Amino acid sequence: MQFMLLFSRQGKLRLQKWYVPLSDKEKKKITRELVQTVLARKPKMCSFLEWRDLKIVYKRYASLYFCCAIEDQDNELITLEIIHRYVELLDKYFGSVCELDIIFNFEKAYFILDEFLLGGEAQETSKKNVLKAIEQADLLQEVRLGGGLFFLGFNSFH
Amino acid sequence: MPAPIRLRELIRTIRTARTQAEEREMIQKESAAIRSSFREEDNTYRCRNVAKLLYMHMLGYPAHFGQLECLKLIASQKFTDKRIGYLGAMLLLDERQDVHLLMTNCIKNDLNHSTQYVQGLALCTLGCMGSSEMCRDLAGEVEKLLKTSNSYLRKKAALCAVHVIRKVPELMEMFLPATKNLLSEKNHGVLHTSVVLLTEMCERSPDMLSHFRKLVPQLVRILKNLIMSGYSPEHDVSGISDPFLQVRILRLLRILGKGDDDSSEAMNDILAQVATNTETSKNVGNAILYETVLTIMDIKSESGLRVLAINILGRFLLNNDKNIRYVALTSLLKTVQTDHNAVQRHRSTIVDCLKDLDVSIKRRAMELSFALVNGNNIRGMMKELLYFLDSCDPEFKADCASGIFLAAEKYAPSKRWHIDTIMRVLTTAGSYVRDDCVPNLIQLITNSVEMHAYTVQRLYKALLDDISQQPFVQVSSWCIGEYGDLLVSGQCEEEDPIQVTEDEVLDVLEGLLASNLSSPVTRGYALTAVMKLSTRLSSVNRIKKVVSIYGSSIDVELQQRAVEYNALFKKYDHMRCALLERMPIMEKAAANGPTETVQTNGEAEPAGLEPKHPPTIIQPANQANDLLDLLGGNDVVPVISTAPAMKPASAGGELLDLLGGLSLSAPTPAPPIPMSQPPFLLDGLSSQPLFNDIATGIPPMTAYNKNGLKIDFTFERSNTNPNIAIITIHAANSTEAEMTNFVFQAAVPKTFQLQLLSPSSSIIPALNQGPVTQVIKVLNPQKQQLRMRIKLTYNHKGSPVQDLAEVNNFPPQSWQ
Repeated sequence: MQFMLLFSRQGKLRLQKWYVPLSDKEKKKITRELVQTVLARKPKMCSFLEWRDLKIVYKRYASLYFCCAIEDQDNELITLEIIHRYVELLDKYFGSVCELDIIFNFEKAYFILDEFLLGGEAQETSKKNVLKAIEQADLLQEVRLGGGLFFLGFNSFH
Repeated sequence: MPAPIRLRELIRTIRTARTQAEEREMIQKESAAIRSSFREEDNTYRCRNVAKLLYMHMLGYPAHFGQLECLKLIASQKFTDKRIGYLGAMLLLDERQDVHLLMTNCIKNDLNHSTQYVQGLALCTLGCMGSSEMCRDLAGEVEKLLKTSNSYLRKKAALCAVHVIRKVPELMEMFLPATKNLLSEKNHGVLHTSVVLLTEMCERSPDMLSHFRKLVPQLVRILKNLIMSGYSPEHDVSGISDPFLQVRILRLLRILGKGDDDSSEAMNDILAQVATNTETSKNVGNAILYETVLTIMDIKSESGLRVLAINILGRFLLNNDKNIRYVALTSLLKTVQTDHNAVQRHRSTIVDCLKDLDVSIKRRAMELSFALVNGNNIRGMMKELLYFLDSCDPEFKADCASGIFLAAEKYAPSKRWHIDTIMRVLTTAGSYVRDDCVPNLIQLITNSVEMHAYTVQRLYKALLDDISQQPFVQVSSWCIGEYGDLLVSGQCEEEDPIQVTEDEVLDVLEGLLASNLSSPVTRGYALTAVMKLSTRLSSVNRIKKVVSIYGSSIDVELQQRAVEYNALFKKYDHMRCALLERMPIMEKAAANGPTETVQTNGEAEPAGLEPKHPPTIIQPANQANDLLDLLGGNDVVPVISTAPAMKPASAGGELLDLLGGLSLSAPTPAPPIPMSQPPFLLDGLSSQPLFNDIATGIPPMTAYNKNGLKIDFTFERSNTNPNIAIITIHAANSTEAEMTNFVFQAAVPKTFQLQLLSPSSSIIPALNQGPVTQVIKVLNPQKQQLRMRIKLTYNHKGSPVQDLAEVNNFPPQSWQ
């Protein structure tokens, strides 16, 4: 995988993970163009499109688009499964995850992603193991960043 | 200084902003606060501030001033700090900046940290964004961790190693020992990442590939266990055990089995098993099947297995899920060349996909359909494709039309069917047909002699309905001009002849001339058609009137034609019949497909080149007025040969204009001679120019070199006539874009005679990939110094280019 973007239906970026070295300017340009392209797709169209020399796999979950850029040899159908697995992980962690969870806890969304994928490839195929690792790492945190509690399924804003 | 606000607080505040300006203001305020907090070197709140900065960065605001702070966080002992610090590094730091190298030492320390989660952070960051320098420095640490028994770290180290290898391929060898026992792991995470690592190594090095081939049995065993094992809750996805691992193993098997008989045989069984046993109701199963199909097609599998694979793809085509259909069509397109017959069996399903709603699926189905057309299915396929052409989006129409023409040309079961198909395309998608198809179609129609009456009748009828589609109108008006007599005399055999009067025909053509819908090119066709009818119909007076009206047309092209046709009526009436005779069967030159050139259709090019000029007057060599053969053309001699321009007499020794100044004011005194090949140039010989077996020793020269186009001349003396020099031009294109519609023309002083044969092609490929050659024969009986003026026209990057040049540097041996 070369990169993964999460964005809302209004085109607002909620997460960006880049696995290839690009300048900030290039990243912004790619993001802008790709977001436009994906948002222009009609609901009946398939989840794959060719963009530049990459294959783009995208799927919408509620108000969020999950969009991955994969290489020619990568399997599009399994990429859909990867996206789905990530959503499942977020869902288990936040308890019925919604876009707001990802907005207010973006750093955690990144931590979860980084326990699931590394360098663009899946590092752990067991849902349980990923969540266990996150749980343990959370316990090591000395400070609660947002002032909220870290229990699974409980969100509170201070 | 009050404590900086918390992250969530900031997010909440920013989200209340109602305008972009308001948001910007809030951000700026907070940025300033963060900056001063950084300046105070406050350890307590650094983490919080960087986190806020990362949020602002995601919104698109600058955050570079936080880069060093991230490094400080990474160096901190607190886990929270490290977590945010590494995240910040991955988001804000860029391997192009030297700043990132400061991380190296921290990462090295953290790779050896006592807490595995800290080690994990370091491995993740290195594997995500490590630069080549960092990778070189830290590869050793990664390699160490690859051998650890801690599976949490081992799996991360494996993917980190993949990144290191991608960045610094030379380091690959170093990881080889550590790969020894990777596949004996039970842990799926380690297995998965190990397979990824092995894949990377095999893809990069043929030596590694042969080394790892011995792992095939082990991989097959692991895959088998996954399929056969019962329900495993930890790895189950919709009833399938660890699909991610299955897919990666299949991919590695593909690489290992490619081109290797033994390995391919070893995996045959398992592939068959996966292909038949995998549950296909969900995307997950289909993902595995897809990977299996790709593997089967790539390795040396037995034919039964290959057919199984294609059948799976065929079933995919029937799947409700459009993603699966898309993937199937893409794969079938790749295999249609190698497994043509197997794919043919699914033809009807593929054709059904033409009706799909998704644009990408439709396009692939169209491409695949064209690939599957053959002599047996042409009628059925064409019906479907024509229907598709009717209803598809405009973006497809041009490609579809061209594809249909090609297919029809190759497999037409009968001439009538062919003509009918062409007409159907012209009438339904006539404005999307590529311009270069028009000459092709005209040639086709000309060659179908027995269909002329039928063709012109049908085209005429269609023209009555609709004159807006230019390529269609052009072909139709050409046909009417050529076969109008058949139309009027009602000679059609294929269908009931219609009653058409001469006036009706002329009405239609005049209508085209006058209509706003007609392009200038179309008008040219129409006018020429009218002119031609002067020898086929009896309403000559009406035609004369039409022609004289357009003599004062604003359109220069039209005006010129009209004036010349007028001249035909007035002064050259005796030639008119011969000039406007029926077209002969044209020789089809090199099959260039839709991009057939003007040149190869040569003298038969109807687009106004030929009847435009008054007839040739061929002079014996001693006459004052010499012939200039300016237009290239086929050397094969039809009755109507190339129509070179006629020049009035002029003072000796000058170079005469190319195609310019075709004034009709100076008639030549010489009597007209029926047009035929000048007898003294290589009499009766075919288009093969004569070359000496050995080089005549005339040095080659560069005649023209501008804008990336270089034309070299090489010389040869003719065997039969020592006064004839045979020049071969080599035109090469050093630019990045090809040059199309290339036409080379030459003029020589009047004591010379020139003959231009057909060029090898009208497209000069880019980057000097193959020059276009053309032969010029020059007769120089008076042994005068050879000079030449050349005119080049071509299309480059979409715009037409034209250039004139003088060539004076001929080596003396070429004309002495």
